[in-house]
Amino acid sequence: MATYQNLFTQVQVRGPVELGVSLPAGSEARLGQPWYLGLLGILGNAQVGPIYLGITGVLSLTFGLVALSIMGLNMFAQVHWSPVEFIRQLPWLALSPAGPEYGFQMMPPLEHGGWWNIAGGFLTASLVLWCARTYLRAKALGLGTHVAWAYASAIWLYLVLGFIRPMLMGSWNEAVPFGLFPHLDWVGTFSLRYGNLFYNPFHCLSIVFLYGSVLLFAMHGATILAVSRYGGERELEQITDRGTAAERAALFWRWTMGFNGTMESVHRWAWWFAVLTPLTGGIGILITGTVVDDWHAWAVAHHYAFSL
Amino acid sequence: MALLSFERKYRVRGGTLVGGDLFDFWVGPYYVGFFGVTTFIFAVLGTALIVYGAALGNTWNPWRISIDPPDVSLGLALAPMRAGGLWQAVTVCALGAFSSWALREVEIARKLGMGIHVPVAFGFAILAYFTLEVVRPVLMGAWGYAFPYGIFSHLEWVSSTGYRYLNFHYNPAHMIAVSLFFTTTFALSLHGSLILSAANPGNGDTVKTPEHEDTFFRDIIGYSIGTLGIHRLGLFLALAAVLFSAICIVISGPVWSQGWPEWWNWWRNLPIWS
Repeated sequence: MATYQNLFTQVQVRGPVELGVSLPAGSEARLGQPWYLGLLGILGNAQVGPIYLGITGVLSLTFGLVALSIMGLNMFAQVHWSPVEFIRQLPWLALSPAGPEYGFQMMPPLEHGGWWNIAGGFLTASLVLWCARTYLRAKALGLGTHVAWAYASAIWLYLVLGFIRPMLMGSWNEAVPFGLFPHLDWVGTFSLRYGNLFYNPFHCLSIVFLYGSVLLFAMHGATILAVSRYGGERELEQITDRGTAAERAALFWRWTMGFNGTMESVHRWAWWFAVLTPLTGGIGILITGTVVDDWHAWAVAHHYAFSL
Repeated sequence: MALLSFERKYRVRGGTLVGGDLFDFWVGPYYVGFFGVTTFIFAVLGTALIVYGAALGNTWNPWRISIDPPDVSLGLALAPMRAGGLWQAVTVCALGAFSSWALREVEIARKLGMGIHVPVAFGFAILAYFTLEVVRPVLMGAWGYAFPYGIFSHLEWVSSTGYRYLNFHYNPAHMIAVSLFFTTTFALSLHGSLILSAANPGNGDTVKTPEHEDTFFRDIIGYSIGTLGIHRLGLFLALAAVLFSAICIVISGPVWSQGWPEWWNWWRNLPIWS
């Protein structure tokens, strides 16, 4: 009765390392001698490396490191360069954008938000370069560029929060501070200031897609593991040459809820749900304060909230 | 009718947990089984009670219909139907329907010779619902602490419950849960993208292989978890998100009744700092 549910790899195979599909002419060399980490092998592949850095990778990592350093050094300065206080207060420390008195001017004084602009600029460059990197690596291997476009959706939300909406509102002060608790404070204050974001329909959509994504991955992950005894995890083969794993996986959902995806279409559902999460969320943030000042009042006007 | 081209050979007897052959049949695409019958009864009864509650209420606006739990003053007692008793009956129906649905999934999985990962995963969702609607109210001594059944009324409950603890974002379990929700969605986008990009490389190109998938992720981040591993990771991340959601709400009230920002004072007051 009790059968093994294939949650962990029981026997790890150690063959020659995989060096990867060959790259087109003119590419740089992959870096690092691959090695095995048994701990990773319990869940998935044990092999670590090699990696392809390339110009976009190097620049992205460098810019990201610069951004993090600016944030960290600003916070360090706030505790008067005391290492103990830095660690003690780290979750509360912030690198905040300029005050409203500076509006959206290009470069506020460094100690009054200027560092925030510089850190944000480096972080943006880092994220965009990493996105370009996913595009270039996919092209080099002859793959579609779906990862890059999904990543661009996340960058859209990031840019709305830190650049586009502050620009439309005419003040850097509208942007999110860098810092653990301070960014949470920003989220809480933002919702209160605009009459509860739960009444924002695009916030509703974003939450639906966020929860929906988690639901989809639970359903998809569980289904594939449940048919892994039939080789279901070899999804590309099941897409191009449907086997009993794909048939059983489809029938499970058809018999359960009257509808089923296919080995390929479930990944389209996954892609759209995940991509629409930041896409709709970004729209919701963008129209808050610029188009709608009070979401509760808006909800009352549109008959889905009661007046207080 | 409603049969896929390959479906007939899979429609065989057996695999039921209860009832033997009695309910071992399909209606359209749906498998029935003993637990299909109980799901149906609970779901129809619960839905009917919600409609009845809507009829008793002051609006037919679908966004505003709400079936509220009893007032906190009634404690854990059985409430009169019009004063929260309906909510109690709907909750019983919901738990009955959810559990039946999970057991029906077990029967379908057995019939298809599959693992029982899906019903176990669904069990985590039922556990989270049970925690919100039963465990926490019982620990706090009143059904009135449970959330109401309504589209915007349940959001209003989330909002006001959050502000009872000043800023719920400071709840450490909530932090972990939110991070897991974002991580799961992130991982899902990567997995969906990777499969689609290998299966749809562009006009005139041949479909790629799992070797391309591994190579792409090793090129990007130096590690590829692999075709089997990503489904384990996705399932574990999703279930952990649900589990920590349940934890974050059940500790709010029963374990910690002040504002969550204050909870973090222990960190600032650790003896190691002086």
